Amino acid sequence: MTRSVSLLVWFTKWPRGGSLSMRSRGSSGAADRRRRKAAAVNMSQETSMALQEFLSQAELIKQGAEARVYRAQFLGKPTILKQRFPKRYRHPLLDEKLTHRRTVQEVRSILRCRRAGISAPVVYFVDYASHCIFLEEIVGSSTVRDYIASTRRSDASEDLGWLAERVGQILARMHDEDVVHGDLTTSNMLLRHGLEDGESELFLIDFGLSYISALPEDKGVDLYVLEKAFLSTHPSTEALFQRLLKSYAAASSKSSAVFKKLDEVRLRGRKRSMVG
Amino acid sequence: MTVVIGFEGSANKIGIGIIKDGEVLSNPRRTYITPPGQGFMPSDTARHHRAVILTVLKEALEQAGLKPADIDCVAYTKGPGIGAPLVSVAPVARTVAQLWGKPLLGVNHCIGHIEMGRLITQGNNPTVLYVSGRNTQGGLVIAYSERRYRIFGETIDIAVGNCLDRFARVIKISNDPSPGYNIEQMAKKGTQYVELPYTVKGMDVSFSGILSHIEEASHKMLNSGQCAAEDLCFSLQETVFSMLVEITERAMAHCGSQEVLIVGGVGCNMRLQEMMGVMCKERGAKLFATDERFCIDNGAMIAQAGWEMFRAGQVTELEDSWITQRYRTDEVEVTWRD
Repeated sequence: MTRSVSLLVWFTKWPRGGSLSMRSRGSSGAADRRRRKAAAVNMSQETSMALQEFLSQAELIKQGAEARVYRAQFLGKPTILKQRFPKRYRHPLLDEKLTHRRTVQEVRSILRCRRAGISAPVVYFVDYASHCIFLEEIVGSSTVRDYIASTRRSDASEDLGWLAERVGQILARMHDEDVVHGDLTTSNMLLRHGLEDGESELFLIDFGLSYISALPEDKGVDLYVLEKAFLSTHPSTEALFQRLLKSYAAASSKSSAVFKKLDEVRLRGRKRSMVG
Repeated sequence: MTVVIGFEGSANKIGIGIIKDGEVLSNPRRTYITPPGQGFMPSDTARHHRAVILTVLKEALEQAGLKPADIDCVAYTKGPGIGAPLVSVAPVARTVAQLWGKPLLGVNHCIGHIEMGRLITQGNNPTVLYVSGRNTQGGLVIAYSERRYRIFGETIDIAVGNCLDRFARVIKISNDPSPGYNIEQMAKKGTQYVELPYTVKGMDVSFSGILSHIEEASHKMLNSGQCAAEDLCFSLQETVFSMLVEITERAMAHCGSQEVLIVGGVGCNMRLQEMMGVMCKERGAKLFATDERFCIDNGAMIAQAGWEMFRAGQVTELEDSWITQRYRTDEVEVTWRD
């Protein structure tokens, strides 16, 4: 509790800084801007130090290719901390650009989805200096990947069609909001059970590669990425994936254009033409 | 003891190599090089191959010190590749197979690269990054699983090598010895990093965006003196190679793999090898790479894949010995591994 309070104190000490405040659009002079920039850098250094201390006490649950994921308590809530770390093989300018962009995109897309009523974790806090996002932990959830795998192991005949339909629906709503996820896999979807009415809730996570686009081509590629990931991770689930697409079509107003592009991308993979 | 001769001519290189039980006995090769600013046209390439193939065949046998009777099997590239060159090489393979009375084997070009990579580096079960100029399969992350070389990540439009080659044409870089090699040398002198589009979609990459951007913007940037050609080469390499390293790393994380093998023409690039090495070091993984003798298309790699296939009991009947421009790596049943 004390740690999250100290972090919050740094945040509130500088009303202009921090991730959740609006940037001033006043027409102050260059000197003003320099002063504010210096203050922001100062604040971000201090926040980062407090953050490092915070992270050292948190529980590291996963180190992926791009980010370290921790679990901690923040403001009394179970929190997931996702910290993108520098990739040394990249040119430093490229690395900083990419890491920053992915952090920003992730937060923006989550907020955009949530505002449209699509389930995604709440964003509590973001530290842009160290590229760390504080997210609501979806307690009592498992990835859709694990759920499908364990269900098929224990009872091969169980019909997972309801799950495919729910996924199709949530993706349709996301695409209708012009959010392209960019990295759709069954590991990037969470299923939380055990709610009062026996219902389960489906969440989308890991929006680091996401962007805003109305183009059917981009949405088609989004589904193509999921199809490949789905079929390679869960063998012999073609029929299940078809149900997902059917449910998507029913829930989305723009699905025919998207499916046309999906077919084109699939064909590109199968029959690329040779142009030297 | 099994001796296999392999014929490769699916793009602008024509190579014939002989392998005896894991030993490369000979591997001569010729490259069809076009003037700067031009790519190679299929019919001209085929003409080049037809003109030199018998000379290269003689060289292969002489350098190995073998006679036709010593060969056990004739392997050739069935595909993928460019139609005209493929069609100019396959008949020679078919003819010598019939002349010498030896079985014929049609080999997948990409699998040729993989099997040669495995032979040279003795990697256990690496995640393979196949990077070349060929559009059907250039920019592929492959991992072996259950009798198939499964594709995990790929380019959804053009190949990385193709992107580099076409950029070379735009700024008229020489094609001798290869555009990619010259881009690499120029990149070493680059000092300024220019921001270019970076596109990774899930486990796949897209290069057409960065190519069209750089095709449009390069003349403007060079004429205005904003940056030198060397800087563009440097920035292009840094960007496209980062994309490839990223999808390789994702595939490794997905499969739990601790080894990487780079094959294909672009695999000669030292900067790509260097970047992949850094990524591997940070994960505690091992990097395997081959040199230009085997990265670049060559006959011995076809022979090596043929060696594996032959020993597993495969043979290509004459009526099945056609060639195909499109031939996905995961279509082949890998009967020689378990």
